[in-house]
Parts: sequence; C-alpha cells; structure tokens
Amino acid sequence: MGCAVAITLLIAAATLIITRFLYVLHRTGKPHKPRKPSSSKGSAPQPLSTLIVLGSGGHTAEMINLLSVLQKDRFAPRFYIAAATDNMSLQKARLLEENADESSSSQFMQIYRSREVGQSYFTSVLTTLIALAHGLWLMIRIRPQVILCNGPGTCVPLCVIAFLFKVAGIRWSSVFYVESIARVQRLSLSGLLLYKLRIVDQFFVQWPQLQKKYPRAHYVGCLM
Amino acid sequence: MGDSEVDVKAQKTVFVTVGTTSFDALVRAVDTHEVKEELSKRGYTRLLIQMGRGSYIPTKAEGGDEPLAVDYFTFSSSIAEHLRAASLVISHAGSGSIFETLRLGKPLIVVVNEDLMDNHQSELAEELADRKHLYYGRPQTLHHVVADMNLDSLVPYHPGDATPVAKLINRFLGFADD
Repeated sequence: MGCAVAITLLIAAATLIITRFLYVLHRTGKPHKPRKPSSSKGSAPQPLSTLIVLGSGGHTAEMINLLSVLQKDRFAPRFYIAAATDNMSLQKARLLEENADESSSSQFMQIYRSREVGQSYFTSVLTTLIALAHGLWLMIRIRPQVILCNGPGTCVPLCVIAFLFKVAGIRWSSVFYVESIARVQRLSLSGLLLYKLRIVDQFFVQWPQLQKKYPRAHYVGCLM
Repeated sequence: MGDSEVDVKAQKTVFVTVGTTSFDALVRAVDTHEVKEELSKRGYTRLLIQMGRGSYIPTKAEGGDEPLAVDYFTFSSSIAEHLRAASLVISHAGSGSIFETLRLGKPLIVVVNEDLMDNHQSELAEELADRKHLYYGRPQTLHHVVADMNLDSLVPYHPGDATPVAKLINRFLGFADD
C-alpha cells in the first residue's frame, strides 16, 4: 500500500518536472510582452540584470562592439565573466565601463576554465567538475535576467545552468548567443551545442552562409 | 629633425604580425630571399616583424646591400601604431588583427597557420579574400601572393555595425524601439 503511494507520488513528481521542462523549452525563444514603465508614466522600464560572458581576443572585441550600442539603462547591473587565465578581456570591459560613466553598476568576475589548451583528458574530468561548481556558484550569486555570450567554451555550462534555473523556477532569463565573425561556414563547438540544445532564446550569426545551414539563427551582418 | 623626417617618409614599411602566440612558419617565410626580393621589387624598403613567442629569429639587416632593412621584436603594446605606420601588413589569420588592419585601410595579406589543430581561422580569411578586402595565402605561397597582388583592386572594408543585433535583443525583451 505504502509502496503504491510512493510510486504514485514519484510518477506525479516526474510528470510535473517533465511538464515544466517541456514548458520552459516551449517558452524559450518566444519574445516577451512589451515592457511597461516601472512606475509613473514616462519613466523608463525596469532594467534587467545582465551577465556578459567574455571570450578572448577577437571574441571580446565583438562583444565590446555590441555592448557599446546597447542601452546601459536597460541592461543593468552588468556582470562580466571571463576565464581566470584571461586578464586582457576584463581590462577591456573595465575600460568600456569607465568610458560609459554611468551611475549603473557593473561587476567583474573570473571563472575557472574546464580545460586549458594541452591539458590531459584525465585531469580534464576533475577540472571540468570544479569549473561547473564554480559556474553554479557564480550563477546563484548573479541570477541574471539576460545572458549575452559570443563563443567561449565557458558560456555553455552557464547557459545550461540558466536553463535549469528556469525549470526550477529560480530565475527566468533570456539567453542571446552571437556566433563569432570568424565562423563563416561552420558553427563553433559552443555554438553548435547551444543551437542543438535549443536553450538559447536568440541565436545570431554574422554570415549568410551559416543562416542557410542553421535556419533558426538570425543573420545580423558583421559586428566588426 | 628635417633629414630624419624625410627618411621616415621615404620608407615603406611592411609590418608582419603573428599575434599573441607564435607562427614560426610565417616569420621564416618573410625572412626568405624570395619574399624579401619580391617586396623590394614592389618598392618596400623595410620589414618589421612582430614574432611573438616564436623560436625562429629572423636575420637583422640595416639595408645597404640587402634588398630590405629587417628588424623584429617579440611583443609590443603599441601594435596599433605599427599598423598605422605600415604600408603593407602581413598578418596571421586572427579576427582581431584582420579587422584592426582593415579598419585602418591598410593593404593586408593574411597567412593561414596550417599547424593549428582547429583550422577554422582560414574560413574568415577566405571569405574576406573572396570579397576582395585582402589577399590570403600559406607560408609556402607567400612570395607568389606578393608577386601577383594588385593593391588597386582591393575593395575598402566598411566596418560592421552591432545595431541590428541590439535592436533584435531589445525587441525580444519587450523594450520599445528608440
């Protein structure tokens, strides 16, 4: 008798989770309703906390170009994450924020990489677990409403965690992925994973050839 | 001041950049007699090489008997200034370096590093070469590229624009268009 109740409860819970999972998957990619002014008429809508995942070199340059045209009062506060081994990218982001000279706040964080170039596959398992735990910790602290990323491997676990947060009802976020301008014919591994998993709300590519191969992507022209 | 300034102006510098890592095959290629000869034929007088962490050291030359004056350094925080001062840029295939050079309106030859495991970098150079924004080749073919290039046929690159992406992101989130 008790056993039957337990099984029934288990099935009910599983059904609930799967339903929620499918609902989140269905809602992903659907645009939001127009945002209303936050209080009295005429004032700007509530800003959205934004996580920006920076890659290295060319990736960062593309992201900075995008950030320089996004309205700072809508995307605030801004949290920047870069790989722990990459100091240049955060420096560039800091420079951008200093030039912006806005009252809206921004924070800069570093994340462990799952794998450094040339690292053995055996130790990679351990470092990947550490990187995942660190990513989860950062995501719990930030709980962003918007995630912007453009290619580095570090963005994949963060996007997966963001999706799980949606399923669990911790935080609803919108994820935007811009494939690097260096990708003309084929997506990067990060891009391919995020496209196939369907956890990105909008997927942008910078060359028309890619849009033909990946029809759910939006072709937006070159950012550089 | 007068004399040295005239000297600098008369110089036509070829700036070679390998980026943040190393690309010995490129440094070795520009250091060959064939490539230097072709560059000299085209009126270039000086070769300045940013060699990164590479182990191949090019042979320094003052000019004089040599077709080209050759100088090199490993890294510099003022790559932008070297690009600006150059008459021709020979670069690795990284997107940062490519677009920085194109934005300055400098003629550019991109050399693809075939030793890289994930050689997606050639995609961008190929596409931009098809659109006549730059020339591209491999270390072994560099002297042919220099010999055959016609800089007047290059099409200036118009820098891209992130506003279409920003617009789509704003619309998706329900923000009104400006």
